[in-house]
Amino acid sequence: MHEILQYISGYLTSDKTPGAAGNMFWALVYIMLVFGGLSVAVIAMNWLERKILAHMQVRLGPMRVGPHGLLQPIADAIKLLLKEDIMPAEADGFVFWMAPLIVVLAAFTVFVVVPFGPTHAITDMNIGILFMLGVSSLSVLGIVMAGWASNSHYPLIGALRSSAQMVSYEVAMGLAVVSAILMTSLNATGTGTLSMIGIVQAQQAQGEWFIFKFFPLGLIAFFIFAVAMVAETNRAPFDLAEAESELTAGFHTEYSGFRWSLFFLAEYSAMIAVSSIAVTLWLGGWLRPFPNWLSGSPWDQIFSFFPGVTFLFFAAICFFNTVRMPKHPLFRIQTIGLAGFGVVLGLIGLILFYPPISAWVQDIFWFSAKVAGFMYMYIWYRGTFPRYRFDQLMQMGWKVLLPMGLGVLILTASVALLQEKIWHP
Amino acid sequence: MAPVATPFFFYLFAAIMLIGGIAVITRKNPVHSALALIVTLLAQASIYLMLYAPFVAGVQIILYAGGIMVLFLFVIMLVSIDRSIRERQFNSQWVVGVIAATALGGLFVAVYTKGRDIFPEHALPVVENDNTQKIATMLYGQYMFAFEIASLLLLVAIIGAVVMAKKRI
Repeated sequence: MHEILQYISGYLTSDKTPGAAGNMFWALVYIMLVFGGLSVAVIAMNWLERKILAHMQVRLGPMRVGPHGLLQPIADAIKLLLKEDIMPAEADGFVFWMAPLIVVLAAFTVFVVVPFGPTHAITDMNIGILFMLGVSSLSVLGIVMAGWASNSHYPLIGALRSSAQMVSYEVAMGLAVVSAILMTSLNATGTGTLSMIGIVQAQQAQGEWFIFKFFPLGLIAFFIFAVAMVAETNRAPFDLAEAESELTAGFHTEYSGFRWSLFFLAEYSAMIAVSSIAVTLWLGGWLRPFPNWLSGSPWDQIFSFFPGVTFLFFAAICFFNTVRMPKHPLFRIQTIGLAGFGVVLGLIGLILFYPPISAWVQDIFWFSAKVAGFMYMYIWYRGTFPRYRFDQLMQMGWKVLLPMGLGVLILTASVALLQEKIWHP
Repeated sequence: MAPVATPFFFYLFAAIMLIGGIAVITRKNPVHSALALIVTLLAQASIYLMLYAPFVAGVQIILYAGGIMVLFLFVIMLVSIDRSIRERQFNSQWVVGVIAATALGGLFVAVYTKGRDIFPEHALPVVENDNTQKIATMLYGQYMFAFEIASLLLLVAIIGAVVMAKKRI
């Protein structure tokens, strides 16, 4: 018993990820925390997307289930679980059954290496970014399997479109990633790294996020990645694979109930995964904004209040809307519910002000906040851009992004060489 | 930290590879064959991981996921599945096959019995932590010429494909 306790508490003093420290217990705890957090994020994203899209189109969005539709995602989840799970008679049973599993596994496995902080990752791999790109590319396979196994026209066309799109944009994406990895080799040691934690530490050591490095080269590479990642996750404006007006729902037309909800889960967690790649490579991962301009301990102190302030802000929004709720007796439960939600958020915010905890969540907060910014951009794109035509999509991928990516890669390498050999020999 | 590369995992992945490989040639449906092939290749990537070569494993996953993807599409677009299911799978060249398999098996047995002279006495030192960096310095230092020749070959293949596919360039 004592040994087990020692094993568990032994990790707390180490400064490694649980995977690197080889501590099974904390690795399991981290896995559960990450996947629990991810599921909550997907649920929240579901609600936020409908709400934000609705407000962009001057609608109200979900309003009926719970105050301001807050319980809508839970209602949806229950509906999907209770729905009949239909498998078409002519479908290829085994492949039809495997497809959603592969997509979900690929989308969730990548989070093993996502660095929420210098020690807040499940593990740190020597090949981190390569692992993320490789495993997430397996999800294309699941999509094509789903489309083919449904044995129906729309899913097949959707799957073929999706695979063509993903294979083409992966090239541009890879080139953008390589140019960022190239920048990691410009520190004192002279060798680069593929490890996700190492990439952020390289940005810290060079005192510069890679988006600002060799301006505008880092920015262009980031832009290429930001476009390619939307295409890679099959989201608007590149959602030809599930173009409702042409293909009903694309590759998952024949899926229903729980299996469909797996595709939904995978789509959103893949969005979070690619956003966290972008945050790690170009936006400094867990590092707080303005590390150079606003440096020093008073600024550190001020920035450490941010997590608490954010939650208090959410709580304030809740209370503001509680006051604005209709005064009719039928709305009493909803009003109480909203006030209770506000109280919970406020309490979380207050806990986050407590110095040890605020120091502990600092990295996680900044990482999540940056990823949340990307998630908002996804919704914004969907509310703004019309869908591309397929030939425009291919032209964009092969004739615009790919040459741009190659150019940026060559220029980055040349500038890096010049810097090393001529400016700072 | 306890090593992951235990014999149990080696036999597990080897068994998965063998089953996958057999399924590739025995499945009548070409799509199922393609899926079995990817299972085989992923198990192979795991064996690379066990040999402390994470970079090779990662590249294996990326390249073969993409490669099998294309194979999958060819199967869907070019092969009539109804017809291929009714086709006879094994033709009369089995004699050649048996000879080749026996030769390869004999080679394995010979290597296994005479292995002491061929392989180094001790296991090589593990370079897990900077495996990728080591491969990079090797590839772009010592073997730069061979690497560039290989990429030139691929370029020739791309140009050839474009010339064959396009009527007018």
